Amino acid sequence: MSHPALAQQFTSDRTRAEWHDRSLWFVREKRDRMAHGVPEWELLREHASAIKLHTMSQLPHYLEQFEKNAAARGIIVHWAETADDHNRIVYEILQRHGVRRVVKSKSMLTEECHLNPFLEKRGMEVVDTDLGERIVQLRQEAPSHIVLPAIHIRKEEVGECFHEHLGTEKGASDPNYLTEAARNHLRERFCKADAGITGVNFAIAETGGFVVCTNEGNADLGVSLPKLHIACMGIEKLLPRASDLAVFLRLLARSATGQPITTYSSHFHGPREGCELHVVLVDNGRSSILQSPDFRRSLNCIRCGACMNTCPVYRRSGGHSYETTVPGPIGSILAPVREPEKHSSLPFACTLCGSCTDVCPVKIDLHHQLLAMRGHIDAKHLLPVSKKLSMKLVSAVLSRTWLYNTMGWLARVSLKWAPRFAVYNPLNGWGRQRELPIPPSATFRQMFAQRRAGRKSAESGAAAPVAREGSKSREGSQTGGQA
Amino acid sequence: MSNSARNAILAKLRVALPESSALPQLPAEGPWQKFEDPVRRFQEVLEGVGGKLVRVATVREAGEYLESDDRWVKATVRWSAVEGLGQSTIDMNAIPDPHELENVDFAVLRGGLGVAENAAVWVTDEGLRHRVLFFIPQHLALAIPARRIVHNMHEAYAAVQVSRQAFSCFISGPSKTADIEQSLVIGAHGARSLIVFLVEEWEH
Ligand code: SF4
Repeated sequence: MSHPALAQQFTSDRTRAEWHDRSLWFVREKRDRMAHGVPEWELLREHASAIKLHTMSQLPHYLEQFEKNAAARGIIVHWAETADDHNRIVYEILQRHGVRRVVKSKSMLTEECHLNPFLEKRGMEVVDTDLGERIVQLRQEAPSHIVLPAIHIRKEEVGECFHEHLGTEKGASDPNYLTEAARNHLRERFCKADAGITGVNFAIAETGGFVVCTNEGNADLGVSLPKLHIACMGIEKLLPRASDLAVFLRLLARSATGQPITTYSSHFHGPREGCELHVVLVDNGRSSILQSPDFRRSLNCIRCGACMNTCPVYRRSGGHSYETTVPGPIGSILAPVREPEKHSSLPFACTLCGSCTDVCPVKIDLHHQLLAMRGHIDAKHLLPVSKKLSMKLVSAVLSRTWLYNTMGWLARVSLKWAPRFAVYNPLNGWGRQRELPIPPSATFRQMFAQRRAGRKSAESGAAAPVAREGSKSREGSQTGGQA
Repeated sequence: MSNSARNAILAKLRVALPESSALPQLPAEGPWQKFEDPVRRFQEVLEGVGGKLVRVATVREAGEYLESDDRWVKATVRWSAVEGLGQSTIDMNAIPDPHELENVDFAVLRGGLGVAENAAVWVTDEGLRHRVLFFIPQHLALAIPARRIVHNMHEAYAAVQVSRQAFSCFISGPSKTADIEQSLVIGAHGARSLIVFLVEEWEH
């Protein structure tokens, strides 16, 4: 389904949509407070962006360096060209160790590769251990946000889900109580697991190690008990130096959830004694994105989620309306770059307000890329006819002064005098769920001319009033657009 | 297969690499955020993330503090990595399998340094048989020498050698989650509480 269709489903429950919007804005505000507390914030963003651009320009070199240094530390490195290869590699390692039960911490890459169903089909149990991910896993859903996987679910629904699966009291919805229940349930899984799988936030070329960030401690518990740890990472996660981590760890949690740093930032530089540590480096389309001058900067993303939290469309339409592993502004680039046919509506789920670009800690020019992606979609003849026609119409109107003036007049008159059913009908998408503005009595050109005349006559002694009715407040106009 | 995949990926990357650009220098001395009173800042942030700072003159004094802490007193299974700071009830040398640590109620471990900007404490598995001790106990205390408080992460990375140990970690506060309706709950999977002892006179 297209984004507008799914978004409509989401917004049809108005209370929920408004609650969702507020929850994310709350996170955005926390992010702002944190960012403002660091005087060199903008410098950090610039450095982060420069480090990423540099790394991408020499990615093969840094990958080789990473591989060499990791191997020297006893880490076993694998390479996977596709999602399928990745899944197969992970499965083979697990199989060799006779693994039945796996605990997994949050990893967008394994979501992207659909690792869980792959392993489950082959008889393994995979438990997602991040609380939000566990909730969506039990509900057999996908995460709706990359940092806050269960942001779309109300606590009462979590209560119901836990009542069914974990045996908590019926009707319970207290987050403390529910979290405690999940803690006990997952502790048992941690202790029984034969292997732990994690994602990777940053890998360091010069040391051959990698960093995993969590607040719950689930990644660490998951890999410190069993004898096998597999870390799965996209090839774009690399940083040249350990000192680069300072920049990225300062930015990541502040941008993501408005915390000064995540509770745990774990650095792995080798297996535990008598254990094995594997890293799987995954391409799965990344090398093609790197070849595209328009979109390669999207690979700089550190998956903080800030662009989602701030996006007026994401906040109001929910993560599932994107039907992608990574939703929101960055997802609306990453998905259509790979599969333009399937995700052609996503770059249009955007007002081009640019808020995402403002908050992105690695300074990805998100809204510019979204605009470029629209052109891309058009060039591939993937625009729906309605969109193409309306664009043609608008372009025809905007390029002819007389037509523009006539249409403007028509709009003002009809908004004022046309009966309600003529304005608010299925043909006018702009009249859905909202009241149209009161048309101004004069056009901008008229006001401008009048103002000028006023100034002239003021200079010669008399003042002329300026027509400003259009900017009058619209209070009480809920009942009629034609008032 | 691994080798061919590796070569294919590297070759594909080399087809059209972006123009190379410079790697910025990141001198430890700045221009990064510094604080007039870094210990105070550390304390404020630590309290903000649910932890507690206890300043003591000696390791022994820290031990006395623990004796007044209910969580420690009531703990059945305790383990301390710091001599003179709390009595262990288990012998780590007799525990080959980390799974046996599932029931540890309280652990006291060493921290290498503390970062004022975000209350993170640097810990490593040096001399520690089971790294799970940072995560599995119900309650955790970390002891660091008072002079080892740095201002920011840049100073922190300049002061440690990240790759010296197989495992190292910045820990800032007790474990937490806000995955249910953004309500903060302390004690997700790891420690339910965190005390950081700042020890004035300590030969680390
Ligand atoms: S694009 Fe930028 S803001 Fe969005 S998730 Fe990635 S790093 Fe964060």
